Amino acid sequence: MTAASNVLLTGGAGWVFVILSVLALFCAVAVVVARNPVHSALFLLAAFLLVACIFILQQAEFVGAVQILVYAGGIMVLFLFVIMLVHQRTVRGSLAFQNQFDVALLFLPLFLAPFLYVLGTEKLPEIPSTPDALRMIGGRVVGNTEAVSWMLYREYLLPFEVASVFLLVAMIGAVVLGKRTMDKVD
Amino acid sequence: MTITINHYLIVSFLLFSIGFLGVLVRRNFLTVLMSIELMLNAVNLNLIAFSRRLSDLTGQVFAVFVITIAAGEAAIGLALTISLFRQRKTLNVEEADTMKG
Repeated sequence: MTAASNVLLTGGAGWVFVILSVLALFCAVAVVVARNPVHSALFLLAAFLLVACIFILQQAEFVGAVQILVYAGGIMVLFLFVIMLVHQRTVRGSLAFQNQFDVALLFLPLFLAPFLYVLGTEKLPEIPSTPDALRMIGGRVVGNTEAVSWMLYREYLLPFEVASVFLLVAMIGAVVLGKRTMDKVD
Repeated sequence: MTITINHYLIVSFLLFSIGFLGVLVRRNFLTVLMSIELMLNAVNLNLIAFSRRLSDLTGQVFAVFVITIAAGEAAIGLALTISLFRQRKTLNVEEADTMKG
């Protein structure tokens, strides 16, 4: 894109990033502040979609698509189902929040100090800018999805299989957790 | 507008902090779970930005793994939510204090 490799976006794309991230942060605040869980879930859905757009802006088309499919299509449907199953009326007043400002104050320097340190001293190597670096297999320009799958199935095959076992364990665990209490009720 | 990795770090930091704040201050178990998903998304944002900055696909592959873990975590968390609601008839995290010393 540009000569300097530390510049990720320029011009109009930069402003698109600014708008998308401001909207995403607004939605994130709304998730935390909203008293009705359904409103929280819908704002979370919007935040996921906006973050997916930011992914696509960074040449991560495959991860953006997976984000929309898995988060917006899968996890949010699960959340909305559970919200409907355990329907509660909206909590009024300060009952929805608990006072944990002491913990928050404790974590503020713990988060802020390393963050400001990293911002102040960027020591990343200067890499010659190649526009299609994330879309290449061995010097051949193919596509982001093909390049990611090439990585995933060749270099990260074992973690990939472990992830599938993890998903199986999570599925069995969810079924057992949901079933055992049913027996107790009967 | 010129965007560098620092802008991405700032957005990711803010997103993570908002999620962390949600975990700390909300009483509703479901909203706490949603805040955890926000934090995982902030981490993914960092991975993608560094993947682009270093021209290395490893970050994107790792982001896919993080999304996998998030899906499993959401499934287990929501099963726990239903379990909690059946036993206590509430979603308040402060009611689930049987193991508190």
